[in-house]
Amino acid sequence: MAGYLLRRLVQSVLILLGVTLVTFFLLYVLPADPVRQIAGRSATAETVESIRRQLGLDQPFWVQYGRYLWNLLHLDLGRSYLQRSNVSELIWARLPPTLLLMAGAIVCELILGLTMGIVAALRRGTATDNGLMIASFVGVSAPQFVVGLLMLYLFGVRLHWLPISGYGTFAHLVLPSLTLGILGAGWYSRMMRSSMVEVMRQDFIRTARAKGLARRRVILRHALPNAILPIIAMIGIDIGIFMGGIVVVESVFGWPGIGQLAWQAIQRVDIPIIMGVTLVSAVAIVLGNLLADLVTPLIDPRIRLR
Amino acid sequence: MTLAHAPGAGAAQAPADPVLSVEGLTVSVATEAGLRPLVQGISFDLRRGETLAIAGESGSGKSITSLAIMGLLPTNVRATAGAVRLAGTDLLRLPEARMRAIRGDRVAMIFQEPMTSLNPVMTVGAQLVEAIEAHEPMARGQAQARALEALKAVRLSEPEHRLRQYPHELSGGMRQRVVIAMAIALRPDVLIADEPTTALDVTVQREVLDLLRDLRRELGTAIVLITHDMGVVAEMADRVIVMKDGAVVEDGPVVRIFDAPAKDYTRALLAAVPRMGARPLEDAAAPKAPVCSLRDLTVRFDLKRGMLGRTTHRVHAVEGVSCDIRAGETFALVGESGCGKSTIAKTIAGLVPFDGEITLAGHALRRQSDVTRAVRRDAQIVFQDPAAALDPRMRVGDLVAEPLVIHGIGTREERRATVEQLFERVGLTRAQIDRYPHEFSGGQRQRICIARALALRPKLIVADESVSALDVSVQARVLQLLRELKEDMGVSFLFISHDMAVVDSIADRVAVMFLGQIMEMGTRAQVFGDPRHPYTRRLIEAVPVPDPSHVHPARARMATEVPSPVRRRDDPPPRRVLRDVGGGHLVAAEG
Repeated sequence: MAGYLLRRLVQSVLILLGVTLVTFFLLYVLPADPVRQIAGRSATAETVESIRRQLGLDQPFWVQYGRYLWNLLHLDLGRSYLQRSNVSELIWARLPPTLLLMAGAIVCELILGLTMGIVAALRRGTATDNGLMIASFVGVSAPQFVVGLLMLYLFGVRLHWLPISGYGTFAHLVLPSLTLGILGAGWYSRMMRSSMVEVMRQDFIRTARAKGLARRRVILRHALPNAILPIIAMIGIDIGIFMGGIVVVESVFGWPGIGQLAWQAIQRVDIPIIMGVTLVSAVAIVLGNLLADLVTPLIDPRIRLR
Repeated sequence: MTLAHAPGAGAAQAPADPVLSVEGLTVSVATEAGLRPLVQGISFDLRRGETLAIAGESGSGKSITSLAIMGLLPTNVRATAGAVRLAGTDLLRLPEARMRAIRGDRVAMIFQEPMTSLNPVMTVGAQLVEAIEAHEPMARGQAQARALEALKAVRLSEPEHRLRQYPHELSGGMRQRVVIAMAIALRPDVLIADEPTTALDVTVQREVLDLLRDLRRELGTAIVLITHDMGVVAEMADRVIVMKDGAVVEDGPVVRIFDAPAKDYTRALLAAVPRMGARPLEDAAAPKAPVCSLRDLTVRFDLKRGMLGRTTHRVHAVEGVSCDIRAGETFALVGESGCGKSTIAKTIAGLVPFDGEITLAGHALRRQSDVTRAVRRDAQIVFQDPAAALDPRMRVGDLVAEPLVIHGIGTREERRATVEQLFERVGLTRAQIDRYPHEFSGGQRQRICIARALALRPKLIVADESVSALDVSVQARVLQLLRELKEDMGVSFLFISHDMAVVDSIADRVAVMFLGQIMEMGTRAQVFGDPRHPYTRRLIEAVPVPDPSHVHPARARMATEVPSPVRRRDDPPPRRVLRDVGGGHLVAAEG
């Protein structure tokens, strides 16, 4: 187990290194010039050059990248070009709302997706099944900003049930979590349905029924733990998909998280922040996958971590 | 048509009321065209301590009958007429809640596939305890004690330890014992056993059959035994129902069915059953030159464990096997699962790295990469499951022509002509060439696989359990085809099987394998007529004999497990030395 964790840790560091290299390279070849953003349109050529020299952006790619890694090794993510503060501080301040939003979205995904999937599987071929699968299809295919704006209009503007924007109370959390989670819920319900249908066909389900167990117990104790295994691996991957959604959802609902920070940084070519946010996302994805891999053997004794 | 009316039935039984009484049971499946019957008007009575066998080939409706009794039919299938009375109560009319109380408590069931009939994520103990608690509310400790008692009753080794294990940690035979323990834990009146030993090795089958017989005697449980194996029927049953296409063909006491079958179908079914010793022990023909020779063939798989993934253990799948397969002969490898017989097949086909030397049609092969495409042309394989061995999206004619295409033989027209000839040779028609695999029956699909194997005119065909998945009547016809091919085309067969009776009916020479090594080898007459090695004797004795009057020699009841071929890296298995006991009959020294 310790060996497994060590190997995964080494792998993770390599992955993160690769992420920084690719992102750094993409930002390097990007036609947008961060110095122009900082200096403004009216700045003279000399000013622009002096800022460029000051930020080290006149150096060759490998020197810039090497310096970034060296700073990273000292846990220094650099300073924002425009916000006059450290990237790590900016991200640290914005991390809790985003984590809260992600947690809320995962809960929505699981509750909605698993319930829909299980119900559809158990009523396979009925109108309920068809209805749920159409709903999940809509969830999967509708763009998040459309879903977000629709819910905002319905529950916020028309019904006044929930606040339309902001951060702070549980009520504020509901709509953004739902919006972010609805895509995953769509996927989960489809996966859960097919996984459940598959498991319900297995011989051991027939054995459980032949023992005279109540249907409820057959489903919850025998079918569910087996059917949920592929979903757990999905949750790890999902955190990566969230990162894209968070930018949209946080903008729509005015949620003060990392997504907003990233969006602003991208618009202004604030390279240190973009790098920092990318790195934090990558860490989240790596951790999410690791967590999923660690949870699976707790449910399935056949899987050993080696 | 109850059995009480059949001549001779019931005479030996006490005139007690039947425990289970099935009257005119009809089961139908709902299709778009309306209800289609799967089982039509089956009736029987079952008394305490009695075993009734329902025998038949696939599609006969025997399993559907058992599921109907249990109330476990699939959603689109239901009992449309008749009654299933358990001590007077009609189970077909019971609401689900009351049926659930009976299921597992008074009527229990064991299934065919022990590998999949236990929940992989629950311990054996939890699954046993749950079965007990579902019917008799009791303290957890008490239920655990009952579970332990049940495991002891099925003679499982180390029962306390087994309770904490997961199904994947147990062998197939052990799992089937657990399933049986679960079924008998509450001492049901009726036990339905649906092909309980079909997936098991012959020695394990012997132990499970003995166990079922003991349980019936000790507990007085009535057993409904569903099986396709007439040997199992002859050994276990008091009475037999023979089914075909959902209807009862014939029923009666087991001796009468075997000695004087009244219906043609029963006679044909019994005639198709391969029997040990049924074929006369002829003298072997003069030995010809070998087509394929194995010299000191060894196949080991490394198991990596530990933090750095070092090889600490090895699977010794094949360990120093030497033998010759001669021109125009059928050489059989027999043994139980895990003995290495299929690994040898894969090695000859170039699918597995090996040590030692294989000589195949003049090519000397010393490593896997020596098995080139040209070499493979001389050795073709026919696998066990024809449904899985044929690409469902290709026409069967194209499947048979594919080896010719791969080896660049002939023009399109010539290949078509070859395929037509092959189809006729294996007993199919030209008209079937453009169909898809799903349009054929299992036996026909295996004929297609055989035609594909013949396409390259190989010197050797490796038949790896090629008839094991087929019904006996189909199996008999495919075996006949293999015999004809050997005679007409002079092709040699490496016939790999776990079924001793089938091997006895087709092989010229036989090698018995155990844990990757040959224990005994010689002509069929030598090995089966005069078995010398104790393991060979044990295998032969374990085969169920399709003759109710046959008495098996008494043998100590044991629940041993086959030792594992996994060994520590620095601890290779001892090599058995083969000794000639006369006329080329080789027997491993006991050790």
